[in-house]
Amino acid sequence: MIAGVPPSAATMFEALDQLFVSLKHWLVGQLPPAWQSWVSLAISAAAILGVFMTLFALTVLIERKGLGRIQNRYGPNRVGPWGLLQPIADLIKMLTKEDLVPSGADRVVHFVAPVVMVVPVLMAYAVIPIGRNMAAVDFNAGLLFFFAVGACIELAVFMAGWSSRNKYSLLGGMRAIAQMISYELPLILSTLPVVMLAGSLSLVDITDAQAGHSGGWLARWHVFTPWGLAGLLLFTVAATAESNRAPFDLPEGESEIIAGHLVEYSGIKYALFFIGEYLGMFAVSALGITLFLGGWRAPVIWLEWVPSYMWFFLKLGGFVALFIWLRGTLPRLRADHLMNLAWKFLLPLVLLNAVSAALWHYTAPWTFVGAGLARWLLCGSLVGVPYVLLGRRLFAGQHIGPRTYRMAA
Amino acid sequence: MNLGKGILKGLVETARNFVGSYYDPARLVTIQYPDERRALPEKARSFPMLVYDGEDPEKGLRCVACKICEKECPPQCIYIVLDRDEKGRPLRRPKIFDLDISVCMSCQICVEVCPFDAIKMNTEFELSTADRFGSLLLHKMDLARPASYYLGLHPVEAGEVNARLAAGPGHAETKAKPAAGPAPAAGTTSGAKPGDSDRP
Repeated sequence: MIAGVPPSAATMFEALDQLFVSLKHWLVGQLPPAWQSWVSLAISAAAILGVFMTLFALTVLIERKGLGRIQNRYGPNRVGPWGLLQPIADLIKMLTKEDLVPSGADRVVHFVAPVVMVVPVLMAYAVIPIGRNMAAVDFNAGLLFFFAVGACIELAVFMAGWSSRNKYSLLGGMRAIAQMISYELPLILSTLPVVMLAGSLSLVDITDAQAGHSGGWLARWHVFTPWGLAGLLLFTVAATAESNRAPFDLPEGESEIIAGHLVEYSGIKYALFFIGEYLGMFAVSALGITLFLGGWRAPVIWLEWVPSYMWFFLKLGGFVALFIWLRGTLPRLRADHLMNLAWKFLLPLVLLNAVSAALWHYTAPWTFVGAGLARWLLCGSLVGVPYVLLGRRLFAGQHIGPRTYRMAA
Repeated sequence: MNLGKGILKGLVETARNFVGSYYDPARLVTIQYPDERRALPEKARSFPMLVYDGEDPEKGLRCVACKICEKECPPQCIYIVLDRDEKGRPLRRPKIFDLDISVCMSCQICVEVCPFDAIKMNTEFELSTADRFGSLLLHKMDLARPASYYLGLHPVEAGEVNARLAAGPGHAETKAKPAAGPAPAAGTTSGAKPGDSDRP
């Protein structure tokens, strides 16, 4: 029941919240029972496809506009009012472009790679609860499934890099493999505390584990705990690298290897890679939201009347804005810095974060005065102190500042 | 130690630019070209044009078809045929004056060598065409521009030229003599702008 509103309004909000769920139930109810389960899945799949493809088109436009503004430019503003029809123009351009296949390419692999990129990403959406009762499949190993299909992206990128028979493609593919496998470890390990404390791999159960309110008003999201906060930050860094976004866009580094694995792709195949990359970014953001930011849950008790899917997409929008902001701010990492960050910095921290989460769990029965603060300090310092020490250790002996040119006059 | 402080500073900086670009129009330096245009600077130049005095481009053309520009042109993009009357005497005007702007490199040497201030640089630059042979070969009438147009394009330079033309003897009376006034190389064939005297 929703707190703080009269019962009649509560019923209305409830109906609004469950609008799409009820609509699907009604639609499926019209059909013979033998078809129902299949049609139900098909409707969910179609909804996911439609919603996230629209989001993709919007994001590309917003990203171009936002990056433009960050650089004091206008961004696209020619097609339609404020450039709103730019995605349609881009779509027409992509569809009508010539589809090139290099003569030396492995044609089958070259053809299959874009499909391998997009399909697993779309599959990953199946286990994500977009709203209350709005997960396409409540899979009891949802998180595992998510990472399993997410790993297919690496395969797709390497297929593209290898089959193109182009040195830049191959370099891009190799960089992608090195980067994604390295960052998969911190990414998965940063979700470990959540699984430990929720006691389930199902993303629906993990969202439910963040139900309730502390202090009578603040939602009990994992991010409001020291290990959750650290986990979210570590997860975000690893997720940025995993989705090949700047500043971790080495596999595509335009300035050194042109576009990496995308060099030999054009037209709709290129667009598929692009779609796959953005959908991957949304998926991993959605996972971060589900694991740390309470999924579709409202942040405070007074805002629970807002439909659950609205909260989910609001948070997703926040994540997307953050990714765009980071892209507009940070320069690309060097390959050895990239590996150092993953193995020497993120990996120890995510492991310590798991210990911190365990400590948080076992200090829960503390009842003395100031117990909450003591727990925060204890668990927070378990990650915070190594963060400072590791940072100092890694930067020690490195000159950070303006570059000096010894050879050039 | 830095420990992520630099990233936060960078994020603040980009956020300031992002927000600022909406409130401070001076930040947006983009000139949206087909809709907005920047005034061309005084010394702007694209391709040469032929200046004429008076109303009629056919009669008023300053060019006397001396062919100095044709000879001097480094990429050889100018083609001139002298006009003659029915007895075959030269009329001191071009019958044909063609300039291939697909070849022209806008070096302005033709302008430098012209003793009659007849050829000057235009600033028109929107010359793209679908026909890459015919439309890029400009003929005499395509190149002709009134002296007032030249004054509008390059006021300072055209002012000097007009003063020189007014002070010196009229170009129609002096044959190959330059209109450049008391230049030391006056009388030589290769025109006479100051500084040109060391030319063979």
